[in-house]
Amino acid sequence: MTGSTERRFNHPMKKMPKLAVWKFTSCDGCQLSLLDCEDELLLLAEQIDIAYFMEASSRQIDGPYDLSIVEGSITTTDEAERIQQIRQQSQILITIGACASSGGIQALRNFADVKEFTSLIYAKPEYIATLKTSSAISDHVQVDFVLQGCPINKTQLLEVLSAYLNQRKPQIPAHSVCMECKLRGNICVMVAHGTPCMGPVTHAGCGAICPAYNRGCYGCFGPKENPNSASLSHWWQTELGSDKATLLENFRNMNAAAPAFATQSLKFIEADHEKK
Amino acid sequence: MKKSKIIKVDYLARVEGEGALYIRYDEAGVDDVQLKIFEPPRFFEAFLRGRDYLEAPDITARICGICPVAYQMSAVHAIENALRITPANEIRELRRLLYCGEWIESHVLHIYMLHAPDFLGYDSAVAMAKDYPQIVQRGLQIKKIGNAIVSLIGGREIHPINVRVGGFYRAPTGSELQPLREELLKGRELAIASVHWVAKLPFPQFKRDAPFAYEFIALSHPDEYPMNEGRIISSTGLNINAQQYEEYFAEEHVSHSNALHSIIKGRKKDNDAYLVGPMARYNLNYERLSPLTKKVAEEIGFPRFCDNPFQSIIVRSLEVLYAFDEAIRIIDNYQRPEAPYLETQPTAATGYAVTEAPRGLLYHHYSMDDQGKISDAKIVAPTSQNQKTIENDLRYLIPHYMHLDEDKLRSMCEQAIRNYDPCISCATHFLKIHKEKKE
Repeated sequence: MTGSTERRFNHPMKKMPKLAVWKFTSCDGCQLSLLDCEDELLLLAEQIDIAYFMEASSRQIDGPYDLSIVEGSITTTDEAERIQQIRQQSQILITIGACASSGGIQALRNFADVKEFTSLIYAKPEYIATLKTSSAISDHVQVDFVLQGCPINKTQLLEVLSAYLNQRKPQIPAHSVCMECKLRGNICVMVAHGTPCMGPVTHAGCGAICPAYNRGCYGCFGPKENPNSASLSHWWQTELGSDKATLLENFRNMNAAAPAFATQSLKFIEADHEKK
Repeated sequence: MKKSKIIKVDYLARVEGEGALYIRYDEAGVDDVQLKIFEPPRFFEAFLRGRDYLEAPDITARICGICPVAYQMSAVHAIENALRITPANEIRELRRLLYCGEWIESHVLHIYMLHAPDFLGYDSAVAMAKDYPQIVQRGLQIKKIGNAIVSLIGGREIHPINVRVGGFYRAPTGSELQPLREELLKGRELAIASVHWVAKLPFPQFKRDAPFAYEFIALSHPDEYPMNEGRIISSTGLNINAQQYEEYFAEEHVSHSNALHSIIKGRKKDNDAYLVGPMARYNLNYERLSPLTKKVAEEIGFPRFCDNPFQSIIVRSLEVLYAFDEAIRIIDNYQRPEAPYLETQPTAATGYAVTEAPRGLLYHHYSMDDQGKISDAKIVAPTSQNQKTIENDLRYLIPHYMHLDEDKLRSMCEQAIRNYDPCISCATHFLKIHKEKKE
């Protein structure tokens, strides 16, 4: 976390701060995480005024808002305008989930061959309004805190909200999924079973569930800080016999457009072109 | 000349996703009804092309955060249909258990948090909790137990990670299921209380008589209330398998929506809509509900056939009770499968499946090559199938309630939409493939 974010969380607290939850292009799963806080939701509502949350309430209180939580990516010109208005009305803006953090799975369109999308050119006007790329909220406005995950972990969401209410920095570990495996006592699926695993380059937060269920991590929490993707890819190829397609599929899924993953996946494509 | 009135809702609350409503009517009746879906499309069918068949359950889950299990179930069954494999009975049961979890959490979210506030005149469940704290708490408790099933079997509540073509990555041990069983027993009692509570809500009268009666469509299975398997049947005698789905149903594009409308092929425009979801399942499969569920339905005097969509909240509550009963039965008979999944070899093939998502029929079809890469995918979500019926309901509803003031009438229209628990995020996953000439 940057120093400025820390300062932002250390803001003067109102008695009943106003919360808004916004949706952009997404599956609704991350905002559902808030409603999935079955034990905490009503308690939370006593400490923060849920002023705007369309999935949960028909009450719509106008801004400005003390805290905005944003789900989804920007895929239309309308959305690109709307996020500007929301930023202007929000003291603190937090993004939740892979769509908001990096464009989400719909950012696979960013890599598509233009030819594959020619059908769109002839579509009705509303489809022309769809942008060619799906982009992260931080590509459009300043974001004060990013909570990664597809979907986010609801305990981490509560931690962020609790940090906000208590004017402190959220305690969201920045290490890789590997560390969570150690904490959980998982046997390493890559070393012990030779299963390709994205754990070493993937941001913690899920609790290392995939290795706990005997499968390799597929990177749904997105890249950790400074991942060594090149080294992991080399290991997959030389030690585990993974092919390029498998690597590409793992670096290009729910966080395909996250810079660290996108850079690595483009290397596979470039390497293929060089061979040809 | 008669004066037209307009009902407009720019952004519907308490539904999943982004939709709006526009109705134009006058004393003579309704001119125009548009359930406008402005949520941007996400092109899932496009980017499934070229992906590995083993990725289909993880990718399609992302169509919907509310019902990811449904997408995973339709995906694995369609691919297994293509590969001509049938997982062991223990796998089949475990999948049913997982689906029970999703039916519970999705239905209870709708009953308590999205729909009940309409009946009692609140903006939200949080507002309702100020006057009905125990009731809202009960809803949250039931929902939590549904989530616990999905978490244990699937790895997490939203976008579970354990579902695999051929089975699961890991099958739980019998002893891991026992603490869950204790929770389910509590949940079942709460679910019974839930049915009794919703039965007493004030229901608007609404009936669509012939020739505008509903056409109900659901899966049907000889031995069980339908979830993952069965034939597609209708209240007018249709009886087909999943592979025939596209022969009988089509999707058409309407200008006001970013989601396609499903219709029954070969019908006249005013008679091609149909209804999927809890009411259709209940009406076509009442006999296969558990004895306890039928007993509780009788206790509240609820008929075997329900065609008032405002009462779908009762049907959902009965399905929640059934899901608890069924989940307990599955755990009591549980045998850990010998292998968590069947090993599969890709072959060039096409497969089809329909399963019962909480909101109704969910159709998937995949073609793949001999390397297991998907060459074609088609997905039809329940909300696409119900859209036309929702619009028709509004058309028939308004003439009966024109005496209400505008605010009340608008609220009633919104409630009528929520009767279907529409999931707009689901409905806009599609790829527009038909080229249309530019004007």
